[in-house]
Amino acid sequence: MMPFHTRLFGAVVALTLAATAPALSQQLELKIMAPAAPGGGWDQTARAMQQALVAAKIARSVQVTNVAGAGGSVGIAQFVNGAKGDGNQMMVNGFVMVGALAMNKSPVTLEQVTPIARLTEEIQVIVVPANSPLKTAQDLAAAVKADIAKVTFAGGSAGGVDHVMAALFAGTIGADAKKINYIPFSGGGESLAAILGGKVTAGISGLSEYEGQIKSGKLRALGVTSEKRIAGIDIPTFKEQGIDLVLANWRSVVAPPGITPEQRKTLSEAVEKMVQSDAWKDILKQKGWDDAYLSGDAFADFLKKETTRVTDVLKSVGLVKS
Amino acid sequence: METFAALAHGMAVAVQPMNLLYALIGVFLGTAVGVLPGIGPALTVALLLPVTYKLDPGGSLIMFAGIYYGGMYGGSTTAILINTPGESASMATALEGNKMAKAGRGGPALATSAIGSFVAGTIATIGLAFLAPWLVDFAVRFGPEDYFALMCVAFVTVSATFGDSPIRGLTSLFIGLTLGLIGIDKLTGQARLAFGMPELLDGVEVTTLAVGLFAVGEALHVASRRHHAEEKIEPVRGSLWMTRQDWMRSWKPWLRGTMFGFPIGALPAGGAEIPTFLSYSTEKRLSKHPEEFGKGAIEGVAGPEAANNASAAGTLVPLLTLGLPTSATAAMMLAGFQQYGLNPGPLLFAERPDLVWGLIASLFIANVMLLVLNLPLVGLWVRLLAIPQPWLYAGILVFATMGTIAAKPSVVELSMLAAFGVLGFLMRRFDFPIAPVVVGLILGPIAESQLRRALAISLGDPIVLLQSPMSATLLGIALTALVAPFVLKGLGRFKASED
Repeated sequence: MMPFHTRLFGAVVALTLAATAPALSQQLELKIMAPAAPGGGWDQTARAMQQALVAAKIARSVQVTNVAGAGGSVGIAQFVNGAKGDGNQMMVNGFVMVGALAMNKSPVTLEQVTPIARLTEEIQVIVVPANSPLKTAQDLAAAVKADIAKVTFAGGSAGGVDHVMAALFAGTIGADAKKINYIPFSGGGESLAAILGGKVTAGISGLSEYEGQIKSGKLRALGVTSEKRIAGIDIPTFKEQGIDLVLANWRSVVAPPGITPEQRKTLSEAVEKMVQSDAWKDILKQKGWDDAYLSGDAFADFLKKETTRVTDVLKSVGLVKS
Repeated sequence: METFAALAHGMAVAVQPMNLLYALIGVFLGTAVGVLPGIGPALTVALLLPVTYKLDPGGSLIMFAGIYYGGMYGGSTTAILINTPGESASMATALEGNKMAKAGRGGPALATSAIGSFVAGTIATIGLAFLAPWLVDFAVRFGPEDYFALMCVAFVTVSATFGDSPIRGLTSLFIGLTLGLIGIDKLTGQARLAFGMPELLDGVEVTTLAVGLFAVGEALHVASRRHHAEEKIEPVRGSLWMTRQDWMRSWKPWLRGTMFGFPIGALPAGGAEIPTFLSYSTEKRLSKHPEEFGKGAIEGVAGPEAANNASAAGTLVPLLTLGLPTSATAAMMLAGFQQYGLNPGPLLFAERPDLVWGLIASLFIANVMLLVLNLPLVGLWVRLLAIPQPWLYAGILVFATMGTIAAKPSVVELSMLAAFGVLGFLMRRFDFPIAPVVVGLILGPIAESQLRRALAISLGDPIVLLQSPMSATLLGIALTALVAPFVLKGLGRFKASED
């Protein structure tokens, strides 16, 4: 059941967008579920897909539905049970869902869905307030090793990508990840206030969220989690500072269980065409998302590996009982 | 002064015909969605984002701001007329507003809320224009321990204000606190009291609880009384407009409400609920007609409504100066900024002054438009009350259900609505105040996580609560508010015996 207004709005949006593109689009009529409330990253991804798929005339219409709750646990349950075998439906998901499913002991897992493709990723960053004595990632590592409980990390929800990253950081430098003093804040920039106000030692977040503060000099970035330095961003990676911490907050799209190989092929091709379209590239640029397209078996493998890695980390910090 | 010049320039941007049109569309949409419970301004902005993608940034941001302010107006209309707060921030308004409406004073209630919103919105927008850089420094220094202390003040004042006896008020408050425990614990990510239902993992939705307790509970209560004596609702008694006395009793609450709303709204975790309830408690205490509270006191509408709108302007302080979204709608507006490659934050004022000051100027204009749009509607709205009771309440039930379904389409959510309705009915039947339940649900989880955050940062040392001057002061206020009534009573007795 969809709220009437969302449906109406969706239809209006689809119509306006369809009207601007000359007719003769393919006959695909897709439904994309964002397993989160309007406004968040998954919702924005779903709506960006809607925009690009229609603008590039890959699909005739795309409807976005929101099923919010528990880091996607509610959405995926509904998706797996309700959309089984439907080759016209997809769901957006990402890193955070992996942890949420493990922590909520969800009966539905990511093994049940049909992987389609990874779409975007966002690099993570560790920041400190401008007046902090810590200058490099090694300084932070030394502080953590000296007294792990005294180093407070502010970040997003418990078990989310920021939390996993704090644990990975501690683990990588040889500290006991179980003892990290991680303080979760409910998004909405609350953690940024705590960092700027000097209430915590360091903050963890997606790079784009803090970019303005870093550029204006209010925050100092100690390191980013990318494999190599990113062009145009003057922040050293953890790797080049001798800390093997590579991580990205990825978002992907999956199809329901039980679809035929042909249906899977159709959806994969549609998504592939979409990521190659100018409309999609424009959106990525506009939103500051990095293209991380990975499809087919390579993506399925990736999904499996990430699931194992995240679950292990969450077990190590005691969030998931084994 | 530099600010004046910038504001004048912004005004020039805002009065361009296209931007005026966007503001008008915004306030109209905002009022419409504010009236419907469940469909808040956040959802509306979210749905409009893809549509506005092709418009120019200034225009669509102005429209979003209009929606935001409009939503705050609209929410109070249903709160007053049919006791169904469109969003949690207009709950305090419902308390006295609906009583006034039932006593035939719906006109003045709506008028004082519209004018109060205008006054508060205007003052707060001026505050936004001039105080933003200073206020944001203050807001950022507000740490977890300070928030916890602020919550303590809110708990003490609220539980002392509602109900005939503190015990009843506290009972209600604790029902709310218990409901607030449901869901994933924010600090450890573990589920509490969810009984294995994934729908409960995110906790109880505030609007579902509020609509259930207020609207559904009310409908059941009215239905149960029909065989006794029919409650007489007078659509209009006396003047539709505010009398001289109404004005006299309204203007101070408007100003005081603004003083609560703007700074607390500017706090990253402040919100609109705390200032509205603080304002309600304050007005009840300061009123020359405390006996009217609970029966429809105009101060109880004027204050919270002003606080509500002032907090909306307050929210824009951290959004524009730091890029900190502190409410769902502000988060959506941030997404709107980013859609155009703009990053709100310290650099925005320097990089795009036309946009920022155009937005601030259009807030003034949105306020005027809302007043013009809402005042003539007062006469129309109060006619709603002339609808025969069975029809009206049937309509309210449909309305409440639709709103809940729109916000969260699930059977569990509807069952909760029904359950809360029954709870609301029972509480009315046995004379327990309803508002503290909702206050407990909203503030309980915040107080808990802020306290635990403060303790995590201090490594478990409770002294941290007294070390911050802000927190120590606030805790002092809470303690005084708790003890003062007893001391005063004792002093009174002492004096009496002296005589």
